[in-house]
Amino acid sequence: MNAINFFFGVYPYIALSVFVIGSWIRYDNEQYTWKTDSSQLLSKSNMWIASNLFHVGILSIFGGHFAGLVLPHALWIGLGVSDLQHQWIAIVAGSVFGTMCLIGGAILWLRRMFNPRVRAAGRRMDAFILSWLMLTLVAGLSTLPVSIGHANHGDPGVMLALSGWVQSVLTLQPKPELLAAVEPVFRFHMVLGMTVFLLFPFTRLVHILTAPLSYVGRAYQIVRSKRRVKATASA
Amino acid sequence: MKIRAQFAMVFNLDKCIGCHTCSVTCKNVWSNRKGIEYAWFNNVESKPGVGYPKNWENQEKWKGGWEKVNGKLELKAGGKMKKIVQIFANPNMPEIDDYYEPFTYDYARLHNAPLSEAAPTARPVSQITGEKMDKITWGPNWEDDLAGEFAARSQDANFANMQKEMYKQFENTFHLYLPRICNHCINPACVASCPSGAMYKREEDGIVLADQDRCRGWRMCISGCPYKKVFFNWESSKAEKCIGCYPRVESGLPTVCSESCVGRIRYNGIILYDADKLLDAASTDNEQDLYKAHLDLFVDPYDPAIIAQALKDGVPQSWIDAAQKSPIYKMAVEWKIAFPLHPEFRTLPMIWYVPPLSPVQSQIDQKKLPTESDGVIPKAEAMRLPVQYLANLLTAGKTEYITSALNRLLAMRSYMRSIHVDGEPDLGPLNRAGITEQNAKDMYRYLAIANYEDRFVVPTAHEEIRLDDYHGFQGQNGFTFGADVSKGHGTFSLFPERRTQSAEPREPAPLAEPRD
Repeated sequence: MNAINFFFGVYPYIALSVFVIGSWIRYDNEQYTWKTDSSQLLSKSNMWIASNLFHVGILSIFGGHFAGLVLPHALWIGLGVSDLQHQWIAIVAGSVFGTMCLIGGAILWLRRMFNPRVRAAGRRMDAFILSWLMLTLVAGLSTLPVSIGHANHGDPGVMLALSGWVQSVLTLQPKPELLAAVEPVFRFHMVLGMTVFLLFPFTRLVHILTAPLSYVGRAYQIVRSKRRVKATASA
Repeated sequence: MKIRAQFAMVFNLDKCIGCHTCSVTCKNVWSNRKGIEYAWFNNVESKPGVGYPKNWENQEKWKGGWEKVNGKLELKAGGKMKKIVQIFANPNMPEIDDYYEPFTYDYARLHNAPLSEAAPTARPVSQITGEKMDKITWGPNWEDDLAGEFAARSQDANFANMQKEMYKQFENTFHLYLPRICNHCINPACVASCPSGAMYKREEDGIVLADQDRCRGWRMCISGCPYKKVFFNWESSKAEKCIGCYPRVESGLPTVCSESCVGRIRYNGIILYDADKLLDAASTDNEQDLYKAHLDLFVDPYDPAIIAQALKDGVPQSWIDAAQKSPIYKMAVEWKIAFPLHPEFRTLPMIWYVPPLSPVQSQIDQKKLPTESDGVIPKAEAMRLPVQYLANLLTAGKTEYITSALNRLLAMRSYMRSIHVDGEPDLGPLNRAGITEQNAKDMYRYLAIANYEDRFVVPTAHEEIRLDDYHGFQGQNGFTFGADVSKGHGTFSLFPERRTQSAEPREPAPLAEPRD
């Protein structure tokens, strides 16, 4: 088995399995550790700009990757988005949100590394995972010139190969050979990105899975009863 | 009508001597762990002053509590969508320096320092970073006994509508202690602010708690509480707050702060209220009417119709008995001498305060203060503490309620003085204040004598209500940090470890020199 077969035929499944099973175990057994680990109390300056840029950027990037790579190709064609248009949308959105995330993330990284309070309160894993995310982001941003080059030549081939590979992995028929021809910078970014999933359950990133969207539909007040409420009784 | 029981307290400010025993016992029991060294579930403030955290009462700054928007009750910091949008960086979140940087001292240095000309010093050490601090610039009661200059202390929000400059003069200086804990509100803004639904109010006794397992550290409760009595544990990233000493209260004991109060100023008891009316009460148009609306929520525990409804709503008989003997009901409803702290925050707080009298004996002796007919007890308006200040603290600025309470307290004193000093009861003051002889005797018994069994009427919890199998409860434990179901904890975990030790210099003292 060569490196490409391992990293793009086997590694995705290792990463996804650890991601799913690890998060599940942690959610079941370690609720107390499931949290954001916010450090805003210790240092508030620049948090509004940095944290918002970082979070909006990274969530949009995740959404963009999902839309561009996981949603079926036929959907975009059906919506009248040609492959080349698709690629330009990806390039523009990636640049905008990637830059947002980079600026916000850089401020957060400096804060985590050099603010004495944040550094003392944080764990080594916090610094490590933020650094890893930033590395992955920089690698992702370095693919932009290559993509722009392809797009200028009217060639969406690499993009199609990437989404073809993602869908092959998700349909359990991995085709690592699709990636043999794409530029190494893409493969480098992908290995870093898959590793984020591998590390996910062991870091503070788990808070994404409990984003409190249900708050919007909830009544303001919560009263917990000690009495056993029967199914038929009104609350 | 839906009757609920609420565990409530009254603090008699007239007798608070500011000794901080409540704060210290509370801290030693509940908040001496890493991450909440800075958090005082109970603190005692010197007023006037900005308090802890700084300027907590100024809701234009912190956006805590509720407000009325277009006739509808809404969180002051904004509704649910706004909270979700602000979740990445809460703009209303206090910073640790708004409380103070927690510190200890390098005491080991006093043992370990090499022989030197100057005596060794124990330098302060930050409990966050573990580093030496140059200088401590703020602390949990930095303004204790009116420390600091008036310009800084007068930032106190209660001076908002007052001509405060005259209180700068030494002759006009006034002072009161304000012990504060979580108010276990009937309409808690922290619960409403919590995006993950971890904060909740207990149905059986109204104690407000933060579920440590469910809390994700979104930190909206911290800013949502207008009293700033929910704290962010920076080590565990969880909200922590006063738990109303529920393990004690469930066993029929008063809270630790109440039990240890040397001035016997704290009263614990049950009060029954109509939960169906709470939203209307909190939505009262004029904020000066909120105290009255709050008072109207409470129901008469002797009324047979109320008792029947309470039993139907699941309030046990022993709790109704306790509500009838409750010191809270007597002070708040019967005598109307206790008031909620800042009712204008619209959370319907349930720690009430008896306003302090502050006569100046030397002024009375020199006949400089107008007094009651006995010539000894001063009139309410002549007190050193401006009634307006107390009203800003306790009745959203409406002075009538405060004056009338002070008058009743003074009348009781005057009456008791006539009995003990003159040997002849003088009913004049009582009649003018509109209270009966029996009222005055009861007030004297509860306020002056303050026997343990009068101060604390705490019924035990009825844990059996939720249990089919009583024996199944054996072996479960009480206050723990997560995963308290069954397994206990090993030392190894793949997931982030817990660090429980506060930064504390622990170099051992050197061994004594061996002697021949």
